[in-house]
Amino acid sequence: MFQFINTLLIGVTAGSIYSLMAIAIVLVWRSTRVVNFAAGGLALASSFVGAAILEKSGSFWIALPVAMLAGAVFSAFIEYFFLRPLLNRSGEKNQEIFLPIIATLGLLGIIKAVLNFIYGDRIGVIPPPLSDKGFIVSGESIALSPLRILILGIVLLLMIVLTIVFQRTNLGLSLRAASFAPEISRLAGIRVDLIRTAGWAISGAAGATAGILQTTNGSGSIAPESFEFSLLLVFGFVAAVIGGIESLVGAVLGGLTLGIILAIILMYVGGSLVFFAAFLILILVLLVRPQGIIGVKGGRRA
Amino acid sequence: MSAALLHAKGVSISFGGLKALHDVHLELRPNEVVGVIGPNGAGKTTLFNAMCGLVKPDSGTFEFEGKERAWPSTDELVDLGISRTLQGVGLFPELTVLENVMIGAQKLAKTGLISAALGTNKRDEEVLRDKAMRALDRVYAGTLANRRADTLAYPDTKRVSIARALVSEPKILMLDEPAGGLGPQDIEWMNNLIRNLTATMSVLIVEHHMDVVMSVCDRLYVLNFGEVIASGAAETVRRDPAVIAAYLGTGVA
Repeated sequence: MFQFINTLLIGVTAGSIYSLMAIAIVLVWRSTRVVNFAAGGLALASSFVGAAILEKSGSFWIALPVAMLAGAVFSAFIEYFFLRPLLNRSGEKNQEIFLPIIATLGLLGIIKAVLNFIYGDRIGVIPPPLSDKGFIVSGESIALSPLRILILGIVLLLMIVLTIVFQRTNLGLSLRAASFAPEISRLAGIRVDLIRTAGWAISGAAGATAGILQTTNGSGSIAPESFEFSLLLVFGFVAAVIGGIESLVGAVLGGLTLGIILAIILMYVGGSLVFFAAFLILILVLLVRPQGIIGVKGGRRA
Repeated sequence: MSAALLHAKGVSISFGGLKALHDVHLELRPNEVVGVIGPNGAGKTTLFNAMCGLVKPDSGTFEFEGKERAWPSTDELVDLGISRTLQGVGLFPELTVLENVMIGAQKLAKTGLISAALGTNKRDEEVLRDKAMRALDRVYAGTLANRRADTLAYPDTKRVSIARALVSEPKILMLDEPAGGLGPQDIEWMNNLIRNLTATMSVLIVEHHMDVVMSVCDRLYVLNFGEVIASGAAETVRRDPAVIAAYLGTGVA
């Protein structure tokens, strides 16, 4: 029982980070209908910014917001200079719809290459800002540590903020409308291009947070060819697909589901099967329930 | 005769080899209701789309409030004071009626993106909500405000889409087939509404059925095969042999 609760705690923490990555992917998908493979690269680049700021300032609490801002700026930059020209040329009418998707794959490669060029063999370090030693409950150490509480707290806070933005603000209304029907939104006076860039920027900030938390929850260091970030991107995608790719709530549920399942497999079956299991879940969801666990109705509701 | 609010001259558009519009003129004066009618495929919606920046004309000039300017892009439309409804209504199914209408009021939102994201300007949101509510009341749909758009009956969706077009306080309201799919009672209601709107704006209507627009329009343009075959007061146009021929020819009379 003890071990099972620990497994759940580990799964929920990891899953909450996947949720953030999934949110980054869903936001871009909703605002521009682009499957953004560059999201992993953006998270990596912003985490390097975070690590650099942390080195200079010594404060995690300065590094995190700066990394989020950097993620937003990188992401908006990519949308504005690369995706917007591509999207304006390709329409749903022709096969060119896949162009932006291939472009994001290319951008992922470029971002990694640039990071390799800048950092080479050096690594970025983001040590845990709080203790990662588990609390002691009746003589035994459990998987819940101050660090894990912090991670869960940050993710929860971001989700509350996003929900408020989407449900209660005019920007959120515009984001939801523009993603649903850009042409109608334009006619109604929404500045769709600006809103799309805003969607990418929020996505970049979410991805940056996921990157920082993933690093500090894991080995505490990042390299340009970081395997942890490849995992983060893949798991983020799987989580987004489980959640139905349209819905922010779905992304969160998808991330948590994936995190818990993977933790159970890791603990009770074997570490070598984790990657395999993630892809198996992906394929199963696509085959059995392509609309995700939330389903068609209630999607887009944020 | 007062000066034209909107004047499109010599508009020609072709899609590949097909001539959708050829040398079309259209004038809209303040506070009048003008109908563009014609059989299916006559080019009515294409003409609308050209004025909304959805289609680029091959030739032709566009005058707005007496000044010649480039054809408006969709992004500029609301700022110019033009709003339009769509044939397919185009409501966002998963938003509430009120939210749908608020979307039309974006230009009235003074808040920038950042403070909008932070929700710092509560007053702004309330102003939008108020305006949206008033627009809904104007089309007698105030009681529907909190319903989800996909739960509405068809005639109600038409009201809501008009409210969304009204909320930006346009000078020109463009209605694409406002009577399409409506029963006689709703059509009468719609015509009364359109008449009342002319106190503050001009209305341009695209309509396929002639009888529907006859009573509400001050003037009509009749399109057939992309050309204006008749224009003028409703009664004159109705008796025009070319118009009768066009409608009889396609069996839509």
